[in-house]
Amino acid sequence: MSYQLETAAHPETLRRVAIDPVSRVEGHGKVTLLLDEQNKVHQVRLHIVEFRGFEKFIQGRPYWEVPVMVQRLCGICPVSHHLAAAKALDQVVGARQLTPTAEKLRRLMHYGQMLQSHALHFFHLCSPDLLFGFDSEVTRRNIVGVAQEHPEIAKRGVLLRKFGQEVIRVTSGKRVHGTGAVPGGVNKALTVAERDELLRDIYQIVAWSRDAVHLIQKVHMQDPGLYNSFGIFRSNFMSLVGHNGDLDFYHGTLRARDDNGKAIFDGVDYCQYDRYIEEEVKPWSYMKFPYFRALGKEHGWYKVGPLARVQNCDQIPTPFAERERKEFVDYAGGSPLHAPLAYHWTRMIEMLHAAETIKDLLHDDDLLGDHLLVEGPRAFEGVGVIEAPRGTLFHHYRVDENDLVTMANLIVSTTNNNQAMNEAIRHVARRYLHGREITEGLLNHIEVAIRAFDPCLSCATHALGKMPLEVELIDADGERVHALARG
Amino acid sequence: MNTTAPRKLKVATTSLAGCFGCHMSFLDIDERLFALLEHIEFDRSPLTDIKSVSPDCDIGIVEGGLCNAENVHVLREFRKQCKVLIAIGACAINGGLPAQRNHLPLPVILEEVYHTSPGLANGLIPNDPELPLPLNQVHPIHEVVKVDYFIPGCPPSGDAIWKVLSDLLAGREPELGHGLLHYD
Repeated sequence: MSYQLETAAHPETLRRVAIDPVSRVEGHGKVTLLLDEQNKVHQVRLHIVEFRGFEKFIQGRPYWEVPVMVQRLCGICPVSHHLAAAKALDQVVGARQLTPTAEKLRRLMHYGQMLQSHALHFFHLCSPDLLFGFDSEVTRRNIVGVAQEHPEIAKRGVLLRKFGQEVIRVTSGKRVHGTGAVPGGVNKALTVAERDELLRDIYQIVAWSRDAVHLIQKVHMQDPGLYNSFGIFRSNFMSLVGHNGDLDFYHGTLRARDDNGKAIFDGVDYCQYDRYIEEEVKPWSYMKFPYFRALGKEHGWYKVGPLARVQNCDQIPTPFAERERKEFVDYAGGSPLHAPLAYHWTRMIEMLHAAETIKDLLHDDDLLGDHLLVEGPRAFEGVGVIEAPRGTLFHHYRVDENDLVTMANLIVSTTNNNQAMNEAIRHVARRYLHGREITEGLLNHIEVAIRAFDPCLSCATHALGKMPLEVELIDADGERVHALARG
Repeated sequence: MNTTAPRKLKVATTSLAGCFGCHMSFLDIDERLFALLEHIEFDRSPLTDIKSVSPDCDIGIVEGGLCNAENVHVLREFRKQCKVLIAIGACAINGGLPAQRNHLPLPVILEEVYHTSPGLANGLIPNDPELPLPLNQVHPIHEVVKVDYFIPGCPPSGDAIWKVLSDLLAGREPELGHGLLHYD
């Protein structure tokens, strides 16, 4: 089934419909559809249309700048890039084991980010579709509409995100693009006042997170026919798994399972990632298409993120979230659930787990410690992998004897879901658009499928492309600034 | 009785060659967002499903610099339709981190990412007509359109954005004092 509708046989004879830009997602993307005169769909593609070139321009920079530079890949999940880079560079400075204070502060920062990112995605970006319907009035389909009709839900969304952002601020100095982690540890502990400030609100945050799980569960259960089938396709799953098979966002080994839940690989040291994963380039997107080497292009692609993590782990190490995980697994009936809309449910289970973990960490006096940095024998290469809000994130660097970066390779979370998102929108196009008059509401169905994956298209545009044409850029005074690149 | 509330100002926002961090800072006004919504309505923005800017926008907020032809097109649309245009954050103001690529020729970068990068099954440079033309260099937005206000920072804080918007809504000339004006 895979690759159906990727490429039409005779594109020149078909009508093009574009969703440009895809909205209520992070970053830049567009979808194009090619249809014939009967509105039959022949081609559907999610294009990542921007590129920035991080992997190249990081080269030649001193390695200690990298955790701060690469955050600028993404403003929603900067902490993921910050920490993945820091983990890779821990290996370069020989920090095999961080101090308990440093590791716990990094975890606190990361779980704060999970909380804010998941809250933002659910409440600010997706809730209008889920609360009003996929083809509801376009002017209502946004956080403003939610604030008008469900003021309490909107308010909680804003305050959940605020709390996560405050956790990030006290651990990194800023809400967006802070400087908390450094190779070998962190540069600041928590003060008693900062900790107490967070402790004051955390119980409320945990309670609201539980309510959020129940809200999405209710929405899902109200229309199981839709929620269990919309955009569905089967695939493998991949995630990091922590100690004893725990759900762990900060550290672990790689586990992949097939569409029936059978192990493909497990316990893999993530430094060996390139033995397991290969990427393909397609001419119509700047985002690469990864897959498991062992299974090849055709069958090796996979899903990452909340749906993969919650079903890949053996248990969640906090009580409320574990209870919700069990309910989810029971609902799935013993085999993995593949429905893209189930991402929302698992995302809220993760948000609850993040809140509970923050609560536990805040009661740990190690956060107030003063032993922040370690170092050891210098190395020239490092790999850092972390579970970002959107899935497994790989950072890989080589550094020379002058401390300058000579190689950078990134596989960002959303890239892992590239094929999966394309499969989901093709399924939706076949099921809902095929042979029908295209309306704005129908096109939003395509976007609903994309939003389920919570793609971060800013992250996904770290690579660079080129075009075979030339265009002039004329400035405000009619002066030619320069021409575009020729391929 | 013929009392009408004052018209809400239309605000459009976009992220060009940025990271979305300035939009995150916008949302970092936290619960003040609800107070703001008493006075403004969102037009085209990543937060809404309105895909093009309405012709009567009062305020346009642009994050990110210009890295491709589509960015230029969107920026011109914003300038044309918005009475006041605000450049927000380092990338819009001077190119920011993406402009780090400006000292490198495009082909060199392409080669690195799409041909010599580790773990690639095939070397191929994406070149579909659906992909907008990249610019040789990343440009700040004031090189292409007139900009009325600049809010610096990477990103500016939610408080700084709140201050500028409050000033504009009150009809004051926006001013960022000590603590709100920073470049990091």
